[in-house]
Amino acid sequence: MLRVDDLYCERARRVLFENLSFAVAPGELLQIKGANGSGKTTLLKILCGLYEDYSGDVDWPLDAWPLFVGHKPGVKDQLTARENLKWLAELYQPGTHTGTIDDAIFAVGLRGFEDVLCGAMSEGQRKRVNLARLFFLTSPAWILDEPLSAIDVDGVKLLQERIGFQLNEGGMVILTSHQLLDVDHEVRHLNLSAPS
Amino acid sequence: MLLETIKRDLLVTFRNPAEMLNPLVFFVIVISLFPLGISPSENVLQSIAPGVIWVAALLATLLSMDLIFRSDYEDGSLEQMTLTQQPMLLIVGGKIISHWLMTGLPLTLLSPLLALMLFVNEQGIEAILLSLLLGTPTLSLLGAVGASLTVGLRKGGVLIAILILPLYVPVLILATEMIKTGMTGGDYGGHMLWLAAILALSIGVAPVASSAGVKISLSH
Repeated sequence: MLRVDDLYCERARRVLFENLSFAVAPGELLQIKGANGSGKTTLLKILCGLYEDYSGDVDWPLDAWPLFVGHKPGVKDQLTARENLKWLAELYQPGTHTGTIDDAIFAVGLRGFEDVLCGAMSEGQRKRVNLARLFFLTSPAWILDEPLSAIDVDGVKLLQERIGFQLNEGGMVILTSHQLLDVDHEVRHLNLSAPS
Repeated sequence: MLLETIKRDLLVTFRNPAEMLNPLVFFVIVISLFPLGISPSENVLQSIAPGVIWVAALLATLLSMDLIFRSDYEDGSLEQMTLTQQPMLLIVGGKIISHWLMTGLPLTLLSPLLALMLFVNEQGIEAILLSLLLGTPTLSLLGAVGASLTVGLRKGGVLIAILILPLYVPVLILATEMIKTGMTGGDYGGHMLWLAAILALSIGVAPVASSAGVKISLSH
């Protein structure tokens, strides 16, 4: 259970959020909405522990690390899809089988691209490599920053199915997106107001 | 984890060899400018050789230092590295070791050739090799601290130089003295011990400091 209590954060002398409190239980999906610059990414970074310039409580007793997919590609151009994911596996789940990684590459529709350098891929394909981690790493929480940007209709469908799977497994998903999500589960919304 | 990081960073650099070659080419060019600019006479070159080789090594290392975290910061890999149960210390340690393998070690291996060009005698070349072998790891370690603190800035290059060059001064003084002693046939064991002591101190402090630096850079 994630509990955020009385969060206050300002950036560039603008108050991003004040008295922000919410909770997310296992198996719940929280979609954070808000205008550009309203602090969605900052909020996600606070939840991951990447950004620490805030006051308030973030209470998150997790027994494993959350998976964070940010704006940045998170893949190295000089490595192939397989090498990139192998490195990620080494970081999160050392000893992951290569077969498992290949299955994840197939699952995101990149069969035949396992040994292609990510630098030679299109933006959408890189995004798919980035999202492939959701198909082989297990984590009680996913934190996804605009996961639907740059991927095509099939990709969106694929990702939504995978989010449904994660929720069924009792994991929580927190994401930002401007798009409407089409999942079988209830989508909770958190609206961030424009900075004042 | 340490080995995995080294393997990954070496692989990334080998796929993009210009990054690795630039400091080496810089090192060779700077040193070859001195005979042209000052004097090709044996006496002059011999007397300036220790300083020229070491200053060139310092600058070449500094030039390459920004690369240690820059691309990982820009593509988001660095974020991912801090978000796992893997100790940041090992990851940063691995990155420093691979940085040394790609700059310090090749500089050391190239140095005898350049020393010959500057009329350094045999004992002198031995001293140059040993001083670079003991000194360049320190340069990579200390440089990583500067690089970790400036990686979040768009133009960190000059700032790294200002932060790190003063820390390089003791290494520079000891190393050039060691080479001078070596060239005149003296015993430079004491200098070597001092360089080794500075290296040991840097191994203890620099990885911890640069891990903290990376976290600070990421949280802004």
